[in-house]
Amino acid sequence: MSRRVTGHLTLLLVLDDFFFRALLATLAVAAVAGPTGCVILWQRKAYFGDTMAHSALLGVVLGIILGLNPEAGVFGVAFLVAATVVVLQRVSRLPGDTILGVLAHSTLAIGLVAMALTDNYRQYELTAYLFGDVLAVGREDLVLIGLGGLFGLVVLAAIWRPLVAATLHEGLAAAEGAKPLRNQLLYMALVAAVVAVGMQVVGALLVVALMIVPAAAARTLAHTPEQMALIAVLIATLSGVLGLYGSLWLDTPAGPTIVTVAAFLFLGCLAFDGGTQRLSRSQGVRRGAARAPEDDA
Amino acid sequence: MPLHDPGEPLVRASSVGVHRGGRWIIHDVNLEICSGEVVTVVGPNGAGKSTLLKTLLGLYCPDAGNVVRAPGLQIGYVPPTDPVQFDLPLTVRRLMTLTSSCSADTIANALQEAGADHLSGSQVNELSHGEFQRVMLARALSRNPDLLVMDEPLRGIDFSSEAEMYQLISEVVEHRGCAALMTSHDLHYVMSRTDQVVCLNGTIRCMGAPEDTVDHPEFHQLFGTRAEAYRHVRHQCQGESLDT
Repeated sequence: MSRRVTGHLTLLLVLDDFFFRALLATLAVAAVAGPTGCVILWQRKAYFGDTMAHSALLGVVLGIILGLNPEAGVFGVAFLVAATVVVLQRVSRLPGDTILGVLAHSTLAIGLVAMALTDNYRQYELTAYLFGDVLAVGREDLVLIGLGGLFGLVVLAAIWRPLVAATLHEGLAAAEGAKPLRNQLLYMALVAAVVAVGMQVVGALLVVALMIVPAAAARTLAHTPEQMALIAVLIATLSGVLGLYGSLWLDTPAGPTIVTVAAFLFLGCLAFDGGTQRLSRSQGVRRGAARAPEDDA
Repeated sequence: MPLHDPGEPLVRASSVGVHRGGRWIIHDVNLEICSGEVVTVVGPNGAGKSTLLKTLLGLYCPDAGNVVRAPGLQIGYVPPTDPVQFDLPLTVRRLMTLTSSCSADTIANALQEAGADHLSGSQVNELSHGEFQRVMLARALSRNPDLLVMDEPLRGIDFSSEAEMYQLISEVVEHRGCAALMTSHDLHYVMSRTDQVVCLNGTIRCMGAPEDTVDHPEFHQLFGTRAEAYRHVRHQCQGESLDT
């Protein structure tokens, strides 16, 4: 038997392994969650993403009732919630965070009630949706996550420059030919898609963390938007790999372990950034260009 | 070089009105900006200066009348912003390619023209207001505009740097031969460097060459003692020759 066929067989065996499927799924989600999370931070929409994630349970139930798969339901409901927020913010006099708070918690409550009303309601499914169950990712799920991640990255790459421009200044971007509204809608669909596929990996409660924690860590190290997006992908990927192996080693749930690793990486980046800032400040003092206020001690 | 012939209309507003929040912010505005012309809009706070600019740019749809822009018109826009609003990792170099890519040479030339070439590696949110306005001007210039639209180009700039900034804008506009539309509070500058002054307060109260506008009763109603003071200084400078 040729070496090539043996290699092929090994790959099949590896793909059959639930742990490797989990790893691939995590990497696919991390790759698209990184840059998506950067834009969330720049637009100050962390709570907005949270609201979409809170509606995920309702999406799961609706997806099952309508005979679709749960991810499609989550995607649809999360996008509808996002669109509702955008419309309400334009027509209603309520402040934005009030609208988000009301929608986040009412969709979560309605989702829980709807779930209890369905016939095949089982407790363990609920925890899987809330905290993720990446080790249960099947082959079909993996294909869906992989294709979804790839498609998300392609869409993001296509709208990246005008999206960043409109994030900085909508008027400026529009005056120079960007289409802020269309791009923003596409971007929200992307966040909804990340919520839908990321939910399998870390669960509805933590899926936003997968987007914003690596991005926040990258913020301290980057000098341009593209650098930040790239570093966020690296940190999200590293969190995914370390978190998965860590969960195996410590026998802890995979999703929360991944987010915990990301949180520690964030702290590390923060400390590194603080250290380099202090270093450059003290060098500035030595050069006689003291800009920092002096301590009164 | 600008595509459009001198004197060719670039933007024309006919009977334009913008209705927001239950009132007309501007109404019955008729205005034409021609190639190579420097137009300054003056008026008190809330007069609708920014709204007028945004409507001419096509950012607001007029609720009455219409705005026509010359086909292929390239606009360089300097919006009223502060550096701290640009709160993401962003170097000046990257800011220059915000909406379209351009060559390193174009970027370097535009920055040099605006006196900001030493800032290309700086983070945008660490710039001072003066540096930021220079960079934003360079960004607009890198697009090789036919029309430069500047909303409050002196925003946040201290008194001592104002003259420098005005000088820069004048030089750039003269050198490039592009048209410019801006809002300003500084009557002295407006009078010395502008082809056409537009006094706006909801609608256009008076408009024309600076020498004509300064004696217009509507101008005095809008600017009161400042207009008087200005007229006094100007006439003294010119040996009372224009006194009427």
